[in-house]
Amino acid sequence: MSEETVPIYTVSSAPHAHSGASVRGIMLDVIIALTPAMLAATYFFGLHAIRLLLVCVIGCVATEAACRKLMGRNLAIDDLSAVVTGILLAFNLPPSLPTGYALFGCVVAIAIAKQVFGGIGYNPFNPALIARVALLVSFPAAMTRWHSPLNPDRWTSLGWIDAATTATPLDLVKTAVTSGETLPFSWDGSMAMRFFVGNMDGCIGEVSALALLLGAAYLLWRRCISWHIPGTYIATVAILAGMLRVINPSANMPLTFHLLAGGLMLGALYMATDMTTSPLTKRGQIIYGIGCGLLTMVIRRWGGYPEGVSFAILLMNAVTPLINQYTQLGVYGHKA
Amino acid sequence: MKVTRALRKLRGSIHPQYFKGLTADAPITTMPAPAKLFVSMAQHLGAPAKPIVAKGDIVVQGQCIAEAAGFISAPVHAPASGKVLEVDTAPTPAGTMAPRIIIETDPQNTETQTLPPMPEWQKQPRETLLARIAEAGIAGMGGAGFPTRVKLSPPADKPIDTLIINGAECEPYLTADHRLMVEHSAGIVNGIRIICHLLEVKHVHVAIEENKPSAIEAMQQALEQLDGVEASVCILPTEYPQGAEKQQISMTTGREVPSGGLPMDVGCVVENVGTVLAVANAILEGLPLTHRVTTVTGHIVQTPQNVLAPIGTTYADLVAFCGGLTNPAAKVISGGPMMGMAQPSLEGSTTKTSSGLVFLEERRVHVYRSLPCIGCGRCIEACPMDLIPAAISYTVEGGDYDKAEALNILDCIECGCCAFVCPASRPLVQHFKLAKPKIIVKRRQAAAAKGTA
Repeated sequence: MSEETVPIYTVSSAPHAHSGASVRGIMLDVIIALTPAMLAATYFFGLHAIRLLLVCVIGCVATEAACRKLMGRNLAIDDLSAVVTGILLAFNLPPSLPTGYALFGCVVAIAIAKQVFGGIGYNPFNPALIARVALLVSFPAAMTRWHSPLNPDRWTSLGWIDAATTATPLDLVKTAVTSGETLPFSWDGSMAMRFFVGNMDGCIGEVSALALLLGAAYLLWRRCISWHIPGTYIATVAILAGMLRVINPSANMPLTFHLLAGGLMLGALYMATDMTTSPLTKRGQIIYGIGCGLLTMVIRRWGGYPEGVSFAILLMNAVTPLINQYTQLGVYGHKA
Repeated sequence: MKVTRALRKLRGSIHPQYFKGLTADAPITTMPAPAKLFVSMAQHLGAPAKPIVAKGDIVVQGQCIAEAAGFISAPVHAPASGKVLEVDTAPTPAGTMAPRIIIETDPQNTETQTLPPMPEWQKQPRETLLARIAEAGIAGMGGAGFPTRVKLSPPADKPIDTLIINGAECEPYLTADHRLMVEHSAGIVNGIRIICHLLEVKHVHVAIEENKPSAIEAMQQALEQLDGVEASVCILPTEYPQGAEKQQISMTTGREVPSGGLPMDVGCVVENVGTVLAVANAILEGLPLTHRVTTVTGHIVQTPQNVLAPIGTTYADLVAFCGGLTNPAAKVISGGPMMGMAQPSLEGSTTKTSSGLVFLEERRVHVYRSLPCIGCGRCIEACPMDLIPAAISYTVEGGDYDKAEALNILDCIECGCCAFVCPASRPLVQHFKLAKPKIIVKRRQAAAAKGTA
């Protein structure tokens, strides 16, 4: 310390140490965790996966910037949350969805589901899921036009999606069950393996359970998520699917089918675990996870839609404040 | 000697970077009295002491220069011989104003004044021993500075069966208590013996974090000399805040202090190792509390070390004794980085509670650029009281103090774990510190209104 200058020290209230954790850091971890699934989407759906990912990420970030500017607030795009929303939205879209529709989804996700409420931390519902559901009810035809993965032309042309459309495994099961027909395909180990790696019809990011689980393992290791929500969610689906199968094997697909087909893995590992829209305490998270699982199976089995993950999570988002209210912890020194 | 392990896990904790290696192996060095001492009268919790010397008076080391101003107060003694330059008012490390006595020390004057030693203390009545502890100006040296005499005089309807000696020292950087246990274990055990006698307790736990094996070993050996009580070293896992009183009681005895209560409500008294040593010195040698060990540390301190310095030594003199700084400091903390107080300048001086002086350079200073809560729940995981800091913080921000009270804000021990882990850098514990006094005042007013109605 020199004699001539009086140093000025920062004065602030304790604590003076910080873990270094940041919102941006968490979002970066989520992006890293989503990378295997992005690679899988690209592998299975080629240029269209790249198109949707780019459109959604750019669309979400641009909408966020525009909203913040309009509201006269700080830009806040450097927290990377809009990037995460963009990737998750793209993951929830069928490979053939036209770019314009995807952009519409971006505006719904960021402007309506997030910034209207005040931006990051204030949104009651998962923005990507709100966008997916808005697209699904607004453009049902475009949102349910499916294309088989691994099309030989997927690297060279965007035109292959004009070719024959297909149906997702859950669609086939729904149609069969509602019309009283026999289940559409037999289920065995090799089929399950095919589904597990992601070789099935569906939204670009939901198909590969393998890639999604890899990323989730990273998030668990980084402590960005805990087992409570995905564990109880997946277990509830497994138990219900198993019970239904035992009760009536001719009208219900096996347990492993329900775990691997559709968006369960994407929903349970990445959408239901969204910090802002899920309960704070571990006890609350267990209730929430079980609720998500119950609703998913109810919609899949008895609802009007073949898939129930999006609706289940959004419905549970709505009761999250209530769950928070009733799952306070027993504070130290208070009699239980 | 019996060694026990923590009976429970902390309900929440953090693992900050400790940086104790900077000073953990550095023996305590004795600093001679600097040219001037700035002795605050607010050395302890409670009413500031009342100066009984005036400008121009010659004082002798150990002489009482200010008397206790009430039951919850403590006298102050001259840390060195010299002349009273001024009796004025100055900010305390906490930032409040209090009377202060400035002494120009006289290196020629080697005279010291002590109280009569009590080698036969077992034969003294309890009241005499307590009076000595009060007379010696002893206040809790762990940080809160509660007058020790008061703590050692529990009311008759609160029987005490367990004495806990707090050697956890869970704050990062600090090693003063660690070194005391290594170098003065025999003195600490003398103090334990006296306090056991006073409280008539039969169980003693010396609670030490796992990361201080040398202190654990030293205390284990020293405790062999303690007869008649069941004493053990209780090894706590290394995590913050093991040193918090309520947490430590749960760790060592499994008991939980009721909300709004005190350790004596569950039959416990918790004393810091430094305080215990001060008690031994006051009784056995008649020494008033005039010096303490302060860890002067930080990566930019030339020679970080544990300094035994006269109370009232300025931060500038302390750091000069440690060779100065190698790089400019951006933040100076009295105490540890989790609960200590940032100091505006080096003009401040040490008190009986100055456990450390930590110098942080620019890159180690966390600036809170707060974002909205993203609901990650990490603060709940980290809270050792099992509060929901995220929710309480929003009620405080919105001015809804009644709701904050309903969410048990008054149970907050202000350890800072929540703010430490918050990825949105929300000033969580800072909010609570703001709201708690207001809620307490409101409660008191409501109680008073009820009384008059």
